[in-house]
Amino acid sequence: MTLSDEHANEVNGMQQSTTTDPGLAAPPATATAPDDPTVVTEPVFELQDVNVYYGDFLAVRDVGLRIPSNEITALIGPSGCGKSTLLRTLNRMHDLTHGARVEGEVRYHGHNIYGPNVDPVEVRRRIGMVFQKPNPFPKSIYDNVTFGAKIIGYKGDLDELVERSLRGAALWDEVKDKLHESGLSLSGGQQQRLCIARAIATEPDVILMDEPCSALDPIATLRIEELMRDLRKDYSIVIVTHNMQQAARVSDRTAFLSLDVKEDGVRTGIVVEYDTTDKIFTDASDERTEAYITGRFG
Amino acid sequence: MATTTTAPTTDRATFEQPKHRARRELRIRLGLQAATLVGVVVLAVLLVRVLAVGLEFLDWGFLTSLPSRIDPSQAGVSPGLTGTLSLMLIVAIGSFPLGIGAALYLEEFAPKNRLTNLIETNIANLAGVPSVVYGLLGAGLFVGILDLGRSLLAGGLTLILLILPVIIVTSREAIKAVPNALREGGLGLGATRWQTTYKLLLPQALPGMITGAILGLSRAIGEAAPILVVGATSARFRNSSPLDLLEQFSALPINIYNYTFDPDPTFQAIAASAIIVLLGALLLMNGIAIYFRNRASKGVR
Amino acid sequence: MAALTQRAGEDNPLAPRSKRLGEKVILAVLFACGAVSVVTTVAIVLVLANETIPFFRDVSWQRFVFDTEWQPFGSDLDVVRLGIWPLITGTMHVTVIGLLVAVPIGLAAATYLSEYATPKVRGTLKPTLELLAGIPTVVLGFFALTTVTPFFRNVLGFEGIDFFNSFSGGLVVGVMLIPTVASVSEDAMTAVPNALREAGYGLGASKSRVALRVVFPAALSGIVAAIILAMSRAVGETMIVALAVGSRPTITLNPFVQNQTMTGYIAQSVGGEAARGSFQYEALFAVGSTLFLMTLALNLIAAAVVRRYRQEY
Repeated sequence: MTLSDEHANEVNGMQQSTTTDPGLAAPPATATAPDDPTVVTEPVFELQDVNVYYGDFLAVRDVGLRIPSNEITALIGPSGCGKSTLLRTLNRMHDLTHGARVEGEVRYHGHNIYGPNVDPVEVRRRIGMVFQKPNPFPKSIYDNVTFGAKIIGYKGDLDELVERSLRGAALWDEVKDKLHESGLSLSGGQQQRLCIARAIATEPDVILMDEPCSALDPIATLRIEELMRDLRKDYSIVIVTHNMQQAARVSDRTAFLSLDVKEDGVRTGIVVEYDTTDKIFTDASDERTEAYITGRFG
Repeated sequence: MATTTTAPTTDRATFEQPKHRARRELRIRLGLQAATLVGVVVLAVLLVRVLAVGLEFLDWGFLTSLPSRIDPSQAGVSPGLTGTLSLMLIVAIGSFPLGIGAALYLEEFAPKNRLTNLIETNIANLAGVPSVVYGLLGAGLFVGILDLGRSLLAGGLTLILLILPVIIVTSREAIKAVPNALREGGLGLGATRWQTTYKLLLPQALPGMITGAILGLSRAIGEAAPILVVGATSARFRNSSPLDLLEQFSALPINIYNYTFDPDPTFQAIAASAIIVLLGALLLMNGIAIYFRNRASKGVR
Repeated sequence: MAALTQRAGEDNPLAPRSKRLGEKVILAVLFACGAVSVVTTVAIVLVLANETIPFFRDVSWQRFVFDTEWQPFGSDLDVVRLGIWPLITGTMHVTVIGLLVAVPIGLAAATYLSEYATPKVRGTLKPTLELLAGIPTVVLGFFALTTVTPFFRNVLGFEGIDFFNSFSGGLVVGVMLIPTVASVSEDAMTAVPNALREAGYGLGASKSRVALRVVFPAALSGIVAAIILAMSRAVGETMIVALAVGSRPTITLNPFVQNQTMTGYIAQSVGGEAARGSFQYEALFAVGSTLFLMTLALNLIAAAVVRRYRQEY
């Protein structure tokens, strides 16, 4: 019942995070090359006037974003500013946190997922999620991948589904001979790829990733980032990361969130700036974005 | 040399604890140790006494034969033993699903409102109700109002209600021990609440639940007061099976009770033998519970 | 588009695919399981009241409270004695003696386990105490009647002790309660943060001083709750007293004579002449109601003590 209370910690720890790496304002030239211009056509998500409350506490406010399809969109910002909170509004995970409330509209391909007569289970079957700490089920690799499909009542060839999904997650070659071993026997990076395979097995439209690499070593991280770039062809990806170099490396668009502090000390998360990654990292419009990117704070 | 009324302080040069304080600390420590051992010692004395008195009568015949109506020393606890086993079967079948269901409801599905609070308060209160009051409940409700008579079923139902709070509490602990990441993984894939609970959570919590259930049963097996009030009797000269639901029944604790009361020392020895049987059954059950507890702790990593 | 989840030409693809009737049924079943506890409480109250109210229609409450004897046998309602106090006296003897045994020993054991014992020693002693807690009370009753009382009478030669008496029953009830007092108190004491102990040691206090002056007061609400809980269990204990205390309720200060507790009366009277509908049957429930109310009050007080005085660390 208090499922996502742990994520309320992000809200409760409203403090400036320790800087990860100062500097590196300019991303490598080859990292992001969005095919489309700044105008977003065919958004997969459209957020309008979104506020998120935990009880009486307003965690995130006045969010308006248009997130394009088949691109990687990153949410960056100092810790505690509401990135995960915002991410979780996209698949109605806040339903599971007691006292959490979402106002405003989140339109998925035009349909407001918070509208009446919307089944959150259906929402989550189209919008998958990968979590910060890899959480494969204590089952075999095979059963992990087929779990989601069986839930939906998939009647097709399960073996084929497993191979397809594991290939899609760049894990097939490593595990094809041990499909019936426990998912927990894999290394951290492999477990996370298993979770990705598990998520794409149900052929969702969107994959949400909540700091997917923060529990992994740098090599595993790079593999996952490669994977993300491949997945972009078939899925829309929204990723939360506290590592802005990662955002610069993989994403097409970036939203920078930060804390708005009022005179009475009340802190609320807001989207400060949202643009193509190139623009954010080379020529940010808002000085707060600039300050974060160049490591002057955060 | 100035003498004061306060105790001499620590010798500052050597940091030695003054002898009297060391002695006092030692006495205190020994006293506490002794107190802790009182329970152990009494337990040992009890077991020795029971074994000394009861082993004499204990043989396979004792377990399987019926007590003779004519010669009281030709005792057998077969009616009591089969009665106890039948009771335990009924209690297990009734209390496990009910208790596990209630625990699942409270941990995974119940909204945080006054009704849920009411349920939880009730469970806590029921755990503290004397077992003899459960007996009165059984007598009034099952024997009386539902007209089941002084039957095995009435006794079984009474014991189910008695241990239900125990089962609920231990099952809840087992469910709480399953990490949240498992639930999030399932729900994030689009599984419904029940699918997540049934396919992911339950398999993980099951060993812990079974441990708790067996512990609950070990409480039930030794209870005499509730079934005494419901009408368990020692005057049963036939074996019971779980199918004899509406018949009179006996049970080991009842046998022990009645035999103990009899001033004839032979009967007291028979009571001791019955106690050995009961304690043996308890030992077996706890062994099984420990086995499951070990399996549970090897569970989710 | 996702082949598995999408439906073509659908107006609202996010609408529930099915009514999920199965889920709703399961939820109802699980709720019913939870509701059983509420139903049980209601049933206890109703069943007790069902016989107690008719009882008090025929017997005045003054008689119940003030009569000095409890002799419900016989057929003439006007002649029998129905004063509850003798039974309460028996219960009180057993409870007081039991607490006198269980509280010092239990607290000492808790102190030792929490403050002195190494993890290895704790690992052996705690399960042993739990073992003691698992012994069925009828077995303890056997012990009280066949070992404890004869010990005092024959081995020690005390002649003033009856064959059935409240003293032996109280002693064994006390032993039964040691694990309860010990484990609840020990939980309370180990919950006291180490920082407090270290403050004491840092000031030069010895171990026993720290235990008594620092840990005890900090854990007090839990310890008091443990004692009240033990009291409640002593009041409600049946088999030990049914076997060892006797069947002659008396108002007396002498714990060495035969007596009877409320619980002992109920256990010993069933199967006797108490046919349903008779006033003896109703008397059983009247005593049962008294018992229920007493233990309920004690349990509520224990819970309130914990709630109000628990130190939040």
